[in-house]
Amino acid sequence: MPSLNTQDAANARRQLRRRRRQAFLFVVPLLVFILFAFVAPITTMLFRSVYNPTVAELVPETLEMLEDWSGEGLPDEATITRFAVDMKRMANDRTSGRLADEINRALPGMSSVVKSTARGLRRADDAELAANGAEMLLAENERWAKPATWRAIRSAGQVYTSSYYLTAVDLEYDSEGEIIMRDTQIYKQLYTKTLKMALIITGLTMLLGYPLAFYMSQASPATANFLMVFVLLPFWTSLLVRTTAWIALLQAGGVVNSTLLWAGLINQPIELLYNEFSTILAMTHILLPFMVLPLYAVMRGIDASFMRAAISMGSNPIGAWYKIYLPMSLPGLSAGALLVFIISVGYYITPALVGGTDGQMISNIIAFHMQVSNNWELAAALGSLLLILILVLYWLFDRFVGTDNLKLG
Amino acid sequence: MKDTKAETFLRFDNVKKSYDQENLVVKGFDMHVQEGEFITLLGPSGSGKTTVLMMLAGFESVTSGDIAINGRSINKTAPNKRNIGMVFQNYALFPHMTVAENLAYPLTVRKMPKAQIKERVAEYLALVELSAFGDRRPGQLSGGQRQRVALARAMIFQPTLILMDEPLGALDKNLREQMQFEITRLHKQIGFTVIYVTHDQTEALSMSDRIAVFNDGVVQQCAPPAELYERPVNAFVAEFIGENNFVRGKVTQIEGETAKVETDTGTITTQTSEGLTEGAQCRVSIRPEKLFIHPTTHAHDNALTATFITRIYVGDFIRYYFRLPDGTDIIVKVLNDLSAPEFEDGATAQLLSLTKDCIAFAN
Repeated sequence: MPSLNTQDAANARRQLRRRRRQAFLFVVPLLVFILFAFVAPITTMLFRSVYNPTVAELVPETLEMLEDWSGEGLPDEATITRFAVDMKRMANDRTSGRLADEINRALPGMSSVVKSTARGLRRADDAELAANGAEMLLAENERWAKPATWRAIRSAGQVYTSSYYLTAVDLEYDSEGEIIMRDTQIYKQLYTKTLKMALIITGLTMLLGYPLAFYMSQASPATANFLMVFVLLPFWTSLLVRTTAWIALLQAGGVVNSTLLWAGLINQPIELLYNEFSTILAMTHILLPFMVLPLYAVMRGIDASFMRAAISMGSNPIGAWYKIYLPMSLPGLSAGALLVFIISVGYYITPALVGGTDGQMISNIIAFHMQVSNNWELAAALGSLLLILILVLYWLFDRFVGTDNLKLG
Repeated sequence: MKDTKAETFLRFDNVKKSYDQENLVVKGFDMHVQEGEFITLLGPSGSGKTTVLMMLAGFESVTSGDIAINGRSINKTAPNKRNIGMVFQNYALFPHMTVAENLAYPLTVRKMPKAQIKERVAEYLALVELSAFGDRRPGQLSGGQRQRVALARAMIFQPTLILMDEPLGALDKNLREQMQFEITRLHKQIGFTVIYVTHDQTEALSMSDRIAVFNDGVVQQCAPPAELYERPVNAFVAEFIGENNFVRGKVTQIEGETAKVETDTGTITTQTSEGLTEGAQCRVSIRPEKLFIHPTTHAHDNALTATFITRIYVGDFIRYYFRLPDGTDIIVKVLNDLSAPEFEDGATAQLLSLTKDCIAFAN
């Protein structure tokens, strides 16, 4: 067989390089977009959950000196003096509030101590402070005499910290540096509730979507298209409009309650809105297309002859469905379930609008920490835990169902 | 097998089917099938043959009439209780099961003991010569192998009847011939009754005991292959089965089984068919291989004069195209031997035939 000569080989190589370059150019805009709009912000966000340089930037020298301290008894006088000098400087730059917030997170109640001390030291004489700082600081508030206070400053001064992750799973460091349960258990419960609600929503969309997709796949193209419009219509309506429609339906004076009152079935309006029920109801409605579409795509590819073959061999229709049709439609079912589950775990807008306090999900708390409490670090920790949770669930799904059993269309 | 006195095994009694409450797809289908027969339902697509099959299997309801097996009506029997094996055009092998599991399925459904299932599966895998393929998935088999698995699966629970819906439609020509042979072999060896649906007449002619030719929801003729080919009862069957030439003419005289037909190129003596009357217009059918070109040693009763148009070399035979004075094209098939004549363009020739090979059909 004649082989390529050097000239041919060079040509072939050049052509291949050209094709690759062209293919790459096609995806460059998307790559750039993803990098700037997705990868970069998420990485910063995740980084923020473990990186907190505020205290380290405010009192770097004190922290350096605290490193030599054993943690028992009070730090040496030089360290305390140094901190007193820092306090005066921060009081004058108006940065003592930030320090108060940070230390308060490590040791509750310290916010007012730091602020009042800062006020007290603002007018102190520089020379006197340098000579007698330790004494003056201890005189401002008795808590400065407690080793726990200094341990709190040292732990708040850590640039890299795991404390936000501990908070996100309802744990904290006690004053001795041991990991203990927090007094208020919020987040674990919230994660469990979020998963539970997502599972219920997934189950409901399966129950509603499977028969519908089956009927559509068996129906004539005209009927199937007609039904498809009904599946897609809510998809094309604004999410906000759909959610508000549920409010109109479910509120105390809404359609459902007035109908029931009119029919004499109830004497006073039942609370349908602002609870878990309304969140699950509205989200099931919103996420149904995500279940129906992959199911329909897979079911349309299953010829009627499979069921007929099974029935002709003596299987009853339900047995044939369970043994033949269900395994064959499983790729669509698991794709739909995975989509609905993952979307609902991170859902924000619907629980925020119709969930009340009862129907809040983890995303709403993340949003709360981002917008109201300004604790971005905790929000980042909660968010990354959610991401890890979903990755673990996906891994489990892959183990037991197999991702090759996934089909989106 | 063709003893009409034998107890009828499967009986269709004036079966009708309408999907839309307006038009009948099957218009009064009657048929008696004996046990062990190989019956083919043959017809162009949309002629109602698959509908008959689906009614027999129970996947379509019967609009009116009755289907009975061994004298008992099965109209109201659920499809899974009919004990009818079925082979589909797309094989319908379950893709998530191995070949052995596919074969075991009808037996598992019947709650047969595991050891017995294993034995039976091995036996039927051997029967279709796929013993080494039990652990494969249908996706890993070739078309012919899948077809054999589908056959074995339809036979393994020893059904009273096996239905085949264009089972060889998806195979290429060579494989199709091989599978025709295979199905015939299994049918002879095991002796089950087959209702076979196809639109391929070669398949029907080579495999069946009897063929029911469908057109427009009506059975035109139900007869053994040779009879269907040699003695079609009407022009549709004559045209649909095999190739045929039709010469227009007018019946001048009917005498018992023979008739005289006057055509533009002279009088032809022909066989009669039902509905033929003296003085009426008719069409005379003559098979291309039953026409001979003068000079020949064959005896003949009729002669047509025609103009030569062209000849096409096919290989084992040669097709000649002639034209009658009234413009009708006539095809003649001649074996490719030394006697195959050559013609100049526009030359005239005498085409000879026997009375027994010509049939006149009323128009």
